[in-house]
Amino acid sequence: MSASIQTMNGDVPVFYVADEHDHPPGQSTMLGFWLYLMSDCLIFAMLFATFGVLGTSYAAGPGPKDLFDLKLVALNTAMLLFSSITYGFAMLEMMKGKKNTTLLWLAITGLFGFAFLCIELYEFHHMIHEGAGWWRSAFLSSFFTLVGTHGLHVTFGIIWLVVLMVQVAKFGLIEANQRRLMCLSMFWHFLDVVWIGVFTFVYLMGVVR
Amino acid sequence: MSADAHAGHDHGDRAHDHGHDDGRDHGSMKSYLTGFILSVILTAIPFYLVMTGAIENKNWTIAIIVAMAMVQIVVHMIYFLHMNTTSDSGWTMMALIFTLIVVVIALSGSLWVMYHLNVNMMPVHDMRNML
Repeated sequence: MSASIQTMNGDVPVFYVADEHDHPPGQSTMLGFWLYLMSDCLIFAMLFATFGVLGTSYAAGPGPKDLFDLKLVALNTAMLLFSSITYGFAMLEMMKGKKNTTLLWLAITGLFGFAFLCIELYEFHHMIHEGAGWWRSAFLSSFFTLVGTHGLHVTFGIIWLVVLMVQVAKFGLIEANQRRLMCLSMFWHFLDVVWIGVFTFVYLMGVVR
Repeated sequence: MSADAHAGHDHGDRAHDHGHDDGRDHGSMKSYLTGFILSVILTAIPFYLVMTGAIENKNWTIAIIVAMAMVQIVVHMIYFLHMNTTSDSGWTMMALIFTLIVVVIALSGSLWVMYHLNVNMMPVHDMRNML
Protein backbone atom coordinates (compact mmCIF):
# COMPACT_ATOMS: atom_id res chain seq x y z
CA MET A 1 0.00 0.00 0.00
CA SER A 2 1.19 3.49 -0.60
CA ALA A 3 2.96 5.29 2.20
CA SER A 4 -0.04 7.18 3.38
CA ILE A 5 0.08 9.28 6.45
CA GLN A 6 -2.82 8.59 8.73
CA THR A 7 -3.39 11.00 11.49
CA MET A 8 -4.26 9.85 14.96
CA ASN A 9 -5.87 12.28 17.38
CA GLY A 10 -5.88 14.76 14.59
CA ASP A 11 -2.23 15.84 14.59
CA VAL A 12 0.21 12.98 15.45
CA PRO A 13 1.34 11.28 12.22
CA VAL A 14 1.75 7.48 12.24
CA PHE A 15 4.36 6.12 9.84
CA TYR A 16 3.32 2.50 9.45
CA VAL A 17 0.55 0.62 7.73
CA ALA A 18 -2.27 1.19 10.13
CA ASP A 19 -4.70 -1.23 8.50
CA GLU A 20 -2.39 -4.24 8.14
CA HIS A 21 -4.59 -7.10 7.03
CA ASP A 22 -4.30 -10.32 8.99
CA HIS A 23 -2.39 -13.37 7.75
CA PRO A 24 -4.26 -16.47 8.91
CA PRO A 25 -2.13 -19.62 9.09
CA GLY A 26 -1.89 -21.38 5.77
CA GLN A 27 -3.04 -18.48 3.65
CA SER A 28 0.12 -18.62 1.54
CA THR A 29 0.68 -22.38 1.80
CA MET A 30 -0.76 -23.17 -1.61
CA LEU A 31 1.45 -20.67 -3.40
CA GLY A 32 4.49 -21.88 -1.45
CA PHE A 33 3.73 -25.48 -2.32
CA TRP A 34 3.29 -24.52 -5.96
CA LEU A 35 6.77 -22.94 -5.88
CA TYR A 36 8.14 -26.19 -4.43
CA LEU A 37 6.51 -28.12 -7.30
CA MET A 38 8.09 -25.75 -9.81
CA SER A 39 11.53 -26.41 -8.31
CA ASP A 40 10.76 -30.13 -8.47
CA CYS A 41 9.88 -29.57 -12.11
CA LEU A 42 13.41 -28.22 -12.64
CA ILE A 43 14.88 -31.40 -11.13
CA PHE A 44 12.90 -33.50 -13.58
CA ALA A 45 13.84 -31.18 -16.45
CA MET A 46 17.52 -31.80 -15.67
CA LEU A 47 16.96 -35.55 -15.54
CA PHE A 48 15.08 -35.40 -18.87
CA ALA A 49 17.97 -33.40 -20.36
CA THR A 50 20.44 -36.02 -19.08
CA PHE A 51 18.35 -38.78 -20.59
CA GLY A 52 18.06 -36.82 -23.83
CA VAL A 53 21.85 -36.59 -24.08
CA LEU A 54 22.70 -40.13 -22.93
CA GLY A 55 19.56 -41.95 -24.10
CA THR A 56 21.20 -43.41 -27.19
CA SER A 57 24.52 -44.46 -25.62
CA TYR A 58 23.90 -48.18 -25.31
CA ALA A 59 27.56 -49.24 -24.88
CA ALA A 60 26.78 -52.24 -27.12
CA GLY A 61 24.18 -53.25 -24.55
CA PRO A 62 20.42 -53.71 -24.86
CA GLY A 63 18.36 -50.81 -26.21
CA PRO A 64 14.77 -49.68 -25.60
CA LYS A 65 13.37 -52.11 -28.18
CA ASP A 66 14.86 -55.10 -26.33
CA LEU A 67 13.88 -53.92 -22.86
CA PHE A 68 10.59 -52.03 -22.87
CA ASP A 69 7.29 -53.86 -22.78
CA LEU A 70 4.80 -51.24 -23.95
CA LYS A 71 1.79 -53.22 -22.73
CA LEU A 72 3.19 -52.97 -19.20
CA VAL A 73 3.85 -49.26 -19.65
CA ALA A 74 0.31 -48.72 -20.95
CA LEU A 75 -1.04 -50.52 -17.88
CA ASN A 76 1.16 -48.38 -15.65
CA THR A 77 -0.04 -45.20 -17.33
CA ALA A 78 -3.65 -46.30 -16.85
CA MET A 79 -3.01 -46.89 -13.12
CA LEU A 80 -1.63 -43.39 -12.66
CA LEU A 81 -4.43 -41.81 -14.69
CA PHE A 82 -7.09 -43.65 -12.66
CA SER A 83 -5.42 -42.57 -9.43
CA SER A 84 -5.55 -38.95 -10.65
CA ILE A 85 -9.29 -39.02 -11.29
CA THR A 86 -10.03 -40.86 -8.02
CA TYR A 87 -8.03 -38.24 -6.13
CA GLY A 88 -10.18 -35.65 -7.91
CA PHE A 89 -13.29 -37.44 -6.59
CA ALA A 90 -11.79 -37.41 -3.09
CA MET A 91 -11.32 -33.63 -3.36
CA LEU A 92 -14.93 -33.19 -4.51
CA GLU A 93 -16.18 -35.23 -1.53
CA MET A 94 -13.93 -33.17 0.75
CA MET A 95 -15.54 -29.97 -0.56
CA LYS A 96 -18.95 -31.42 0.38
CA GLY A 97 -17.57 -32.20 3.84
CA LYS A 98 -18.19 -35.95 3.58
CA LYS A 99 -15.48 -37.60 5.63
CA ASN A 100 -16.13 -41.28 4.93
CA THR A 101 -16.43 -41.06 1.14
CA THR A 102 -13.33 -38.83 1.10
CA LEU A 103 -11.42 -41.55 2.94
CA LEU A 104 -12.82 -44.19 0.57
CA TRP A 105 -11.64 -42.34 -2.56
CA LEU A 106 -8.28 -41.63 -0.94
CA ALA A 107 -7.88 -45.34 -0.23
CA ILE A 108 -8.72 -46.20 -3.86
CA THR A 109 -6.19 -43.59 -5.01
CA GLY A 110 -3.57 -45.14 -2.76
CA LEU A 111 -4.28 -48.61 -4.16
CA PHE A 112 -3.88 -47.39 -7.76
CA GLY A 113 -0.63 -45.66 -6.75
CA PHE A 114 0.56 -48.84 -5.08
CA ALA A 115 -0.31 -50.88 -8.19
CA PHE A 116 1.72 -48.41 -10.27
CA LEU A 117 4.72 -48.87 -7.99
CA CYS A 118 4.42 -52.66 -8.04
CA ILE A 119 4.34 -52.77 -11.86
CA GLU A 120 7.32 -50.41 -12.04
CA LEU A 121 9.31 -52.46 -9.53
CA TYR A 122 8.42 -55.63 -11.47
CA GLU A 123 9.74 -53.98 -14.63
CA PHE A 124 12.96 -52.86 -12.89
CA HIS A 125 13.44 -56.30 -11.37
CA HIS A 126 12.94 -57.91 -14.76
CA MET A 127 15.50 -55.62 -16.40
CA ILE A 128 18.08 -56.04 -13.64
CA HIS A 129 17.55 -59.80 -13.74
CA GLU A 130 18.46 -59.74 -17.45
CA GLY A 131 21.66 -57.87 -16.62
CA ALA A 132 20.30 -54.56 -17.88
CA GLY A 133 20.76 -52.62 -14.65
CA TRP A 134 21.96 -49.03 -14.19
CA TRP A 135 25.59 -50.14 -14.44
CA ARG A 136 25.21 -51.52 -17.98
CA SER A 137 25.26 -48.34 -20.09
CA ALA A 138 24.80 -44.57 -19.94
CA PHE A 139 21.34 -45.07 -21.42
CA LEU A 140 20.35 -47.37 -18.57
CA SER A 141 21.96 -45.14 -15.91
CA SER A 142 19.95 -42.14 -17.04
CA PHE A 143 16.83 -44.28 -17.48
CA PHE A 144 16.95 -45.64 -13.93
CA THR A 145 17.73 -42.19 -12.49
CA LEU A 146 14.83 -40.50 -14.27
CA VAL A 147 12.18 -43.20 -13.86
CA GLY A 148 13.48 -44.11 -10.39
CA THR A 149 13.21 -40.50 -9.18
CA HIS A 150 9.62 -40.41 -10.40
CA GLY A 151 8.92 -43.72 -8.65
CA LEU A 152 10.47 -42.37 -5.45
CA HIS A 153 8.15 -39.36 -5.63
CA VAL A 154 5.16 -41.69 -6.00
CA THR A 155 6.41 -43.71 -3.01
CA PHE A 156 6.57 -40.63 -0.81
CA GLY A 157 3.22 -39.50 -2.20
CA ILE A 158 1.67 -42.77 -0.99
CA ILE A 159 3.27 -42.43 2.45
CA TRP A 160 1.92 -38.87 2.64
CA LEU A 161 -1.50 -40.13 1.53
CA VAL A 162 -1.62 -42.76 4.29
CA VAL A 163 -0.54 -40.19 6.90
CA LEU A 164 -3.30 -37.82 5.75
CA MET A 165 -5.88 -40.62 5.84
CA VAL A 166 -4.98 -41.25 9.49
CA GLN A 167 -5.18 -37.50 10.15
CA VAL A 168 -8.60 -37.19 8.52
CA ALA A 169 -9.90 -40.31 10.28
CA LYS A 170 -8.74 -38.96 13.62
CA PHE A 171 -9.42 -35.23 13.40
CA GLY A 172 -11.97 -35.04 10.59
CA LEU A 173 -12.00 -32.62 7.67
CA ILE A 174 -10.75 -29.64 9.66
CA GLU A 175 -9.34 -26.67 7.78
CA ALA A 176 -5.72 -27.73 8.29
CA ASN A 177 -6.46 -31.19 6.90
CA GLN A 178 -8.27 -29.71 3.90
CA ARG A 179 -5.22 -27.58 3.18
CA ARG A 180 -2.94 -30.62 3.44
CA LEU A 181 -5.19 -32.63 1.13
CA MET A 182 -5.09 -29.81 -1.42
CA CYS A 183 -1.28 -29.78 -1.29
CA LEU A 184 -1.14 -33.54 -1.83
CA SER A 185 -3.65 -33.15 -4.66
CA MET A 186 -1.29 -30.78 -6.46
CA PHE A 187 1.66 -33.10 -5.77
CA TRP A 188 -0.22 -36.13 -7.07
CA HIS A 189 -1.46 -34.46 -10.28
CA PHE A 190 2.01 -33.02 -10.82
CA LEU A 191 3.49 -36.53 -10.75
CA ASP A 192 0.97 -37.55 -13.40
CA VAL A 193 2.13 -34.63 -15.55
CA VAL A 194 5.74 -35.76 -15.19
CA TRP A 195 4.70 -39.29 -16.15
CA ILE A 196 3.27 -37.97 -19.45
CA GLY A 197 6.81 -36.82 -20.26
CA VAL A 198 8.29 -40.14 -19.15
CA PHE A 199 6.06 -42.42 -21.20
CA THR A 200 6.32 -40.17 -24.27
CA PHE A 201 10.02 -39.33 -24.33
CA VAL A 202 11.48 -42.42 -22.68
CA TYR A 203 9.24 -45.35 -23.60
CA LEU A 204 7.35 -44.46 -26.80
CA MET A 205 10.13 -42.50 -28.49
CA GLY A 206 12.67 -45.08 -27.36
CA VAL A 207 10.74 -47.85 -29.08
CA VAL A 208 10.03 -45.82 -32.24
CA ARG A 209 13.66 -44.80 -32.77
CA MET B 1 -4.77 17.15 -1.89
CA SER B 2 -4.46 17.01 1.88
CA ALA B 3 -2.93 14.05 3.67
CA ASP B 4 -6.24 13.23 5.30
CA ALA B 5 -8.13 12.96 2.07
CA HIS B 6 -5.41 10.72 0.62
CA ALA B 7 -5.55 8.33 3.56
CA GLY B 8 -9.28 8.11 3.34
CA HIS B 9 -9.17 7.28 -0.34
CA ASP B 10 -6.54 4.60 0.23
CA HIS B 11 -8.59 2.96 2.91
CA GLY B 12 -11.58 2.70 0.66
CA ASP B 13 -9.43 1.04 -1.99
CA ARG B 14 -8.26 -1.69 0.33
CA ALA B 15 -11.62 -2.55 1.77
CA HIS B 16 -12.43 -5.23 -0.79
CA ASP B 17 -9.06 -6.93 -0.25
CA HIS B 18 -10.18 -8.08 3.16
CA GLY B 19 -12.72 -10.40 1.63
CA HIS B 20 -9.70 -12.39 0.43
CA ASP B 21 -10.99 -14.30 -2.53
CA ASP B 22 -7.83 -15.98 -3.78
CA GLY B 23 -9.45 -16.86 -7.09
CA ARG B 24 -8.60 -20.51 -6.58
CA ASP B 25 -10.71 -22.99 -8.48
CA HIS B 26 -11.34 -26.33 -6.81
CA GLY B 27 -12.82 -28.10 -9.79
CA SER B 28 -16.12 -29.85 -10.32
CA MET B 29 -17.24 -33.32 -11.33
CA LYS B 30 -17.64 -32.07 -14.88
CA SER B 31 -14.13 -30.62 -15.11
CA TYR B 32 -12.51 -33.75 -13.65
CA LEU B 33 -14.42 -36.03 -16.04
CA THR B 34 -13.63 -33.80 -19.03
CA GLY B 35 -9.94 -33.87 -18.12
CA PHE B 36 -10.01 -37.62 -17.60
CA ILE B 37 -11.68 -38.40 -20.94
CA LEU B 38 -9.35 -36.06 -22.84
CA SER B 39 -6.34 -37.66 -21.09
CA VAL B 40 -7.48 -41.17 -21.97
CA ILE B 41 -7.83 -40.20 -25.65
CA LEU B 42 -4.49 -38.37 -25.68
CA THR B 43 -2.78 -41.38 -24.07
CA ALA B 44 -4.45 -44.11 -26.12
CA ILE B 45 -3.61 -42.61 -29.53
CA PRO B 46 0.20 -42.40 -29.02
CA PHE B 47 0.33 -45.94 -27.55
CA TYR B 48 -1.80 -47.22 -30.46
CA LEU B 49 0.43 -45.51 -33.04
CA VAL B 50 3.65 -46.89 -31.57
CA MET B 51 2.42 -50.39 -30.69
CA THR B 52 0.83 -51.06 -34.08
CA GLY B 53 3.24 -48.98 -36.16
CA ALA B 54 0.23 -47.51 -37.95
CA ILE B 55 2.28 -44.72 -39.52
CA GLU B 56 5.25 -45.82 -41.60
CA ASN B 57 7.18 -42.57 -41.26
CA LYS B 58 8.98 -42.51 -37.89
CA ASN B 59 9.39 -38.75 -37.84
CA TRP B 60 5.66 -38.26 -38.26
CA THR B 61 4.95 -40.73 -35.46
CA ILE B 62 7.36 -38.90 -33.14
CA ALA B 63 5.90 -35.51 -34.07
CA ILE B 64 2.37 -36.73 -33.34
CA ILE B 65 3.15 -38.37 -29.97
CA VAL B 66 5.13 -35.31 -28.80
CA ALA B 67 2.29 -32.99 -29.84
CA MET B 68 -0.22 -35.21 -27.99
CA ALA B 69 1.98 -35.16 -24.86
CA MET B 70 2.13 -31.35 -24.96
CA VAL B 71 -1.64 -31.09 -25.30
CA GLN B 72 -2.15 -33.61 -22.49
CA ILE B 73 0.14 -31.65 -20.16
CA VAL B 74 -1.98 -28.55 -20.80
CA VAL B 75 -5.16 -30.60 -20.21
CA HIS B 76 -3.80 -31.82 -16.86
CA MET B 77 -2.77 -28.27 -15.91
CA ILE B 78 -6.24 -26.91 -16.60
CA TYR B 79 -8.57 -29.70 -15.46
CA PHE B 80 -6.58 -31.42 -12.68
CA LEU B 81 -4.24 -28.74 -11.33
CA HIS B 82 -6.86 -25.97 -11.92
CA MET B 83 -4.33 -23.50 -13.26
CA ASN B 84 -5.74 -20.07 -13.99
CA THR B 85 -4.46 -16.54 -14.18
CA THR B 86 -6.27 -15.27 -11.09
CA SER B 87 -5.25 -17.59 -8.23
CA ASP B 88 -2.96 -15.87 -5.73
CA SER B 89 -3.16 -12.69 -7.82
CA GLY B 90 -1.58 -14.48 -10.77
CA TRP B 91 1.58 -15.50 -8.91
CA THR B 92 1.09 -19.21 -9.58
CA MET B 93 0.90 -18.45 -13.31
CA MET B 94 3.99 -16.23 -13.01
CA ALA B 95 5.94 -19.01 -11.30
CA LEU B 96 4.80 -21.49 -13.96
CA ILE B 97 5.84 -19.24 -16.85
CA PHE B 98 9.23 -18.58 -15.24
CA THR B 99 9.78 -22.30 -14.70
CA LEU B 100 8.79 -23.11 -18.27
CA ILE B 101 11.28 -20.54 -19.61
CA VAL B 102 14.10 -22.02 -17.48
CA VAL B 103 13.11 -25.57 -18.49
CA VAL B 104 13.05 -24.73 -22.20
CA ILE B 105 16.44 -22.99 -22.03
CA ALA B 106 18.04 -25.82 -20.02
CA LEU B 107 16.56 -28.63 -22.14
CA SER B 108 17.17 -27.16 -25.57
CA GLY B 109 20.58 -25.81 -24.52
CA SER B 110 21.77 -29.15 -23.15
CA LEU B 111 20.58 -31.12 -26.16
CA TRP B 112 21.99 -28.59 -28.64
CA VAL B 113 25.41 -28.30 -27.01
CA MET B 114 25.83 -32.00 -26.34
CA TYR B 115 24.68 -32.96 -29.86
CA HIS B 116 27.30 -30.70 -31.41
CA LEU B 117 29.96 -31.98 -29.02
CA ASN B 118 29.09 -35.48 -30.15
CA VAL B 119 29.22 -34.62 -33.83
CA ASN B 120 32.34 -32.44 -33.77
CA MET B 121 34.44 -34.45 -31.36
CA MET B 122 33.73 -37.87 -32.78
CA PRO B 123 37.05 -39.74 -32.71
CA VAL B 124 38.52 -39.92 -36.20
CA HIS B 125 39.69 -43.39 -37.00
CA ASP B 126 43.08 -42.46 -38.27
CA MET B 127 45.27 -45.50 -38.40
CA ARG B 128 48.49 -43.74 -39.27
CA ASN B 129 49.36 -43.12 -35.64
CA MET B 130 49.04 -46.77 -34.81
CA LEU B 131 51.79 -47.94 -37.07
